[in-house]
Amino acid sequence: MRLRRIKAIAVKETLQIRRDPISLLIALLMPFMQMTLLGYGVSLDVKHLPVCVFDREASQNSQALLKRFQASEYFTIVEGFDDYREVTTALDRGTCRIAIVVPQDFSERLSDTGSSAVQALVDATDTNTANVAIGYAQAVVSGFSASVELFVESLNGNPVARLQPVAAQSRVWFNEDLESRNFIIPGVVALVMALVGAELTSLTISREWERGTMELLISTPVTPMELMLGKLLPYFAVGMFDAGLCLGLAIFWFDVPFRGTLGTLFFTTSLFLIVVLGIGYLISTAIRSQVGAAQIGLLVTLLPCTLLSGFAFPIDQMPPAVQGVTYLVFARYYVTCLRAIFLKGAGLVDLAAPILAMILYAGIVAFLAARAFRKRLD
Amino acid sequence: MTAPPESPVVAENLVKRFGSFTAVDHVSFRIGRGEIVGFLGPNGAGKSTTLRMLCGLLRPSEGRAVVAGIDVVRDPESVRQRIGYMSQKFSLYNDLTVAENLRFFGGIYRVPRKERPERIRFATEMAGLAGRENSLVSNLAGGWKQRLALGCAILHRPPILFLDEPTSGVDPESRRRFWDLIHTLSADGITVLVSTHYMEEAEYCHRVALIDRGRLIQMASPAALKQHSLGGELLLVECEAIGVAMAALQEAPGVHDVAAFGNTIHILVDNAAAALQALPAYLAEHGAPLTRIERISPTIEDIFVQLVGAESRSAGLPS
Repeated sequence: MRLRRIKAIAVKETLQIRRDPISLLIALLMPFMQMTLLGYGVSLDVKHLPVCVFDREASQNSQALLKRFQASEYFTIVEGFDDYREVTTALDRGTCRIAIVVPQDFSERLSDTGSSAVQALVDATDTNTANVAIGYAQAVVSGFSASVELFVESLNGNPVARLQPVAAQSRVWFNEDLESRNFIIPGVVALVMALVGAELTSLTISREWERGTMELLISTPVTPMELMLGKLLPYFAVGMFDAGLCLGLAIFWFDVPFRGTLGTLFFTTSLFLIVVLGIGYLISTAIRSQVGAAQIGLLVTLLPCTLLSGFAFPIDQMPPAVQGVTYLVFARYYVTCLRAIFLKGAGLVDLAAPILAMILYAGIVAFLAARAFRKRLD
Repeated sequence: MTAPPESPVVAENLVKRFGSFTAVDHVSFRIGRGEIVGFLGPNGAGKSTTLRMLCGLLRPSEGRAVVAGIDVVRDPESVRQRIGYMSQKFSLYNDLTVAENLRFFGGIYRVPRKERPERIRFATEMAGLAGRENSLVSNLAGGWKQRLALGCAILHRPPILFLDEPTSGVDPESRRRFWDLIHTLSADGITVLVSTHYMEEAEYCHRVALIDRGRLIQMASPAALKQHSLGGELLLVECEAIGVAMAALQEAPGVHDVAAFGNTIHILVDNAAAALQALPAYLAEHGAPLTRIERISPTIEDIFVQLVGAESRSAGLPS
């Protein structure tokens, strides 16, 4: 391996990147756009769900209950109806996701039997949101229920509220505000880097085949290893710049708490970048047309990294077979690292497992890429 | 490294098959130091395939190629350090400048740092590109590009050059300049193997290898080819009804071979004087009165057509 040749290739590649506006656009603008788009767009928080109400009693009691819904940050009452058909239409049209129906005899039953029921009609097309909505609705109703109990007890001359025998006191760690953004954004950084990195390098070899420059290049004494290193070095610099941009946006724009050290962040990011660039390069050696290579690059990064990296959908909730597949998705290791570094302040020792996995991955990809590139036309 | 071999380029029974198609069919030759050898033949004859095998870009199906004394299959990298190659398609970087391309190949071939500026200057001047070092290659005209490609190929002073149709698509003036360069290089002891489908370029070569359908038909100097290969004298016939005339001439006594050359006919006869006498009346009789008939000296193209025809006939192929 000769440094002179690696340098010559790296210089040439840098000049070509600088003169190719599309490459530059992918390298500099795409990460910025994707970060803002995904950073704002992807949120798993259920807040201010539109609620419509059908208050058949219209009493002080029923209004008190509905006020609690309005007061909750999870719900926003958008409309009140006085007909079941209107409620159905509203759910059909999606103007509300949940409808609360208070029965005509709500107060009467409450005072007679000490117990009454409220109906919640939930649009469960999105099961996750529906489940969360049901949970929140139950919490609102049981809060109301407790206050009624307290009121009744005090009427009966028992001023002290009954104590619950056991109460769970939860403290939320790492993501204290339960902001899904803090969990999502580090994943978005990984996703954007995987996309941009693989997309950039997936073209570098196929471009030479397509433009006919490869035939001359392979007639020179350059070795596959020199070619790979020379070509990836400039992209590594571009990738690190992009990583800095994405991570900077995450910390300073999206206010994701950063509790780790820059050293750990730099090390894991470099490692991930090596894997991503290597995969792009491997694709490029295998596919000689630029369009084909770009498409395969997108296919290999976008879908797996979105669905199977744990970036938004928790891996431990997946069926075992799919969980097995996720070990092949290189982004999952980096997503794990980033989250732990950002929210838990994890160090290299804590991240030994995903770091080793990335080292192994990088080694295999580099080996395959160096082997896949043949200095022959047949 | 061992002493420079007497024959820098040796091909022994080279065969290249692509599936059931045989692109190169048992080709053997030896080329001496400083020699300019032209591979001549139509497109698809197997010229490029042979050159690519000699560069180690294609693996021979059979046979052996020894370049600079090194077996190409066994140690292609050592061969590559000693050759310069120009591929059929222009393959420098269009989005780099003249100087950047030269520097790139200087780095790839590890031209010693001290010598680099001098060699790059030499290549630039040779290509006639002095003063245009900072132009993007995409802005250069064809002839300049070809000369720059040659400049890049000789930057590391290879003793052997393989040039695959370096002059195709270039204007005649640039082609002539290019051949002048090749002769200068050859005078310095560089061995040059160059392919072309321009028959007239054969005249610039020390020796010509005629290649057709993957086979090496003849290899000799242009003069020797013209002297010995024809086996008769050549006449040019011009007339209105070329088709009728050709059919009639096939049957004419003393005529060996008939070939169309543009809108004229070349015929090979035993005795030119007798034919000049007899043919005008013969053709008029057959409904194709001629407008011109004269004796001409053969070109390489005549030789080629003649030899390929003879080959096909002996192989039982339609000519």
